[in-house]
Amino acid sequence: MTHGSRISVPGLTRVEGEGGLEIVVSDGRITEARLDIYEPPRFFEALLRGRQYTEPPDITARICGICPVAYQMSACQAIENGCRATVTEDIRKLRRLLYCGEWMESHALHIYLLHAPDFLGYPSGIHLARDHPDIVARGLSIKKAGNHLMAAIGGRSVHPVNVKVGGFYRAPTARELRELVPQLEQARRDAEETVTWVAGFDFPGFDRDYEFVSLRHPDQYPITEGRIAAISGLDITPAEYDQHFTEFQVAHSTALHSVLDGRTYLTGPLARWSLNFGNLPADVMRAAAAAGLNGTVTNPFRSILVRAVELLFACDEALRLIREYRPPDPPAVAVTPPHSATGATGYGCTEAPRGLLYHRYAIAADGTVTDAKIVPPTSQNQRAIEADLRDFAEPRLGMDHEILTSECEQAVRNHDPCISCAAHFLDLRLTPAEYSQGTR
Amino acid sequence: MIFVIGIGNPDRGDDAVGLAIASRIKAATNPAEVTVRELVGDQLALIDEWTGATDVYLVDAVCSGGTPGTVYRFDACDGLSERFRHRGTHTFSLADVIELARALGRLPRQVAGFGIEGADFTIGAGLSAEVAAAADEVSACLLASLKVGV
Repeated sequence: MTHGSRISVPGLTRVEGEGGLEIVVSDGRITEARLDIYEPPRFFEALLRGRQYTEPPDITARICGICPVAYQMSACQAIENGCRATVTEDIRKLRRLLYCGEWMESHALHIYLLHAPDFLGYPSGIHLARDHPDIVARGLSIKKAGNHLMAAIGGRSVHPVNVKVGGFYRAPTARELRELVPQLEQARRDAEETVTWVAGFDFPGFDRDYEFVSLRHPDQYPITEGRIAAISGLDITPAEYDQHFTEFQVAHSTALHSVLDGRTYLTGPLARWSLNFGNLPADVMRAAAAAGLNGTVTNPFRSILVRAVELLFACDEALRLIREYRPPDPPAVAVTPPHSATGATGYGCTEAPRGLLYHRYAIAADGTVTDAKIVPPTSQNQRAIEADLRDFAEPRLGMDHEILTSECEQAVRNHDPCISCAAHFLDLRLTPAEYSQGTR
Repeated sequence: MIFVIGIGNPDRGDDAVGLAIASRIKAATNPAEVTVRELVGDQLALIDEWTGATDVYLVDAVCSGGTPGTVYRFDACDGLSERFRHRGTHTFSLADVIELARALGRLPRQVAGFGIEGADFTIGAGLSAEVAAAADEVSACLLASLKVGV
């Protein structure tokens, strides 16, 4: 990068959120890499205060149009934890099945329309579709299968309306779910082809020593349940989250940053895979091994490959859960406010497509929510994304600006950031230090 | 087959105008001649919604900073202007969906429609006066285009 030059990409697409990213360069070194966020979903915590304990699943689902189930599931589990309610095994399985639909929908969208174009040299999914319509159609077909699964259980594919604290308003019949099997079987075949397709991409050489954090379950690949684990050894319950994870404000972002015992960490597919790949079904593991995944993955550009394996797993798991399905009867258990006169606090964690999603609610004896805390995965990943940019770009500052900028954009998309679910854009500016003054 | 597809959110004020117009068209037309659909949520679903259609009319609200109630006409053959485009990853704009369908070879023979500039997208609000008037205008125009009675 020459002295006094500037790279600017107004309107970087395929990255969710309203904000910007700025890299400051001084004497050939990156002195600052900032992910600027303007519109986080934090106001939801304030508007939850004073609402009844039955309302957070519907309210928090509105935080995101692509992962509403994640918000509903974390909210339900946190409230049930606070109210000392236990749902039945059949309800837990139906929740996991609904969540599979969301993973399919989200991962297919990101792989095919948002991230694959980077690896294949296209500026967008639309450009990719012009040259490879059959490939993009395959991705849309998987997404559609996920949509149908969510609609069958949740009542509709976006912002499901059938979820409630304690379970569901109505359990789908076994026949209703069996009708989805042919489409899900096709989606599974398509997902297998997706793994093979993505494995053939050219991944930039770049590895980082991540502190991975995800749920970990003794015998399942985690979606809805598990303890919170870190690759460095942390192993805690969701109730212990606040003892180790600290949120704090930074000047350049209205989304709180988060650290684990003072350290930057990463949630999401790379973390889930690295902490849990041994729990994947044998046939999914075979597909992963054939694609070159054999253990911990530290190259964030290969996250698309892990996401493809998780897509295959979600299809596989959905088919398994439908085969074993027994409609929960009743579809929901009764959940009453805390018996204690001083109320109670409940904690819930699930694995959203982008990573760990933590909810905490304080509930009064009359059922009023008196406090709420929601920590979305992208909020947690901000520092890791900034560190990725710093480590990736610095040794490449001599590269052509346009190519470097493009690869920086790709590095951000590795983590499928979903900043505010407000569907706007991110603005990337790579700026020499002398220009950084007054840009705030 | 002629399709009329209203797009919007019924609970977000003027965003519901596409759905309101679709409802009126449905009441005034013969379902054997005109298929009327309402689309709430993921606009990517349009690619499936219009399967089997030869001629599609889309009706949607627009939020581009223009004068509330302004009616924009568009024809997919010409491509859609920036008014129908927004950047994001998890929701696709109407312009993007049309271009994706074109790339996939799944764009009906004719896709045209109306965008109506909204004034108020408050949750739970009804249509604003400007947009309600525009809905009357667009409904009449659409029914005339369909050559059926009001």
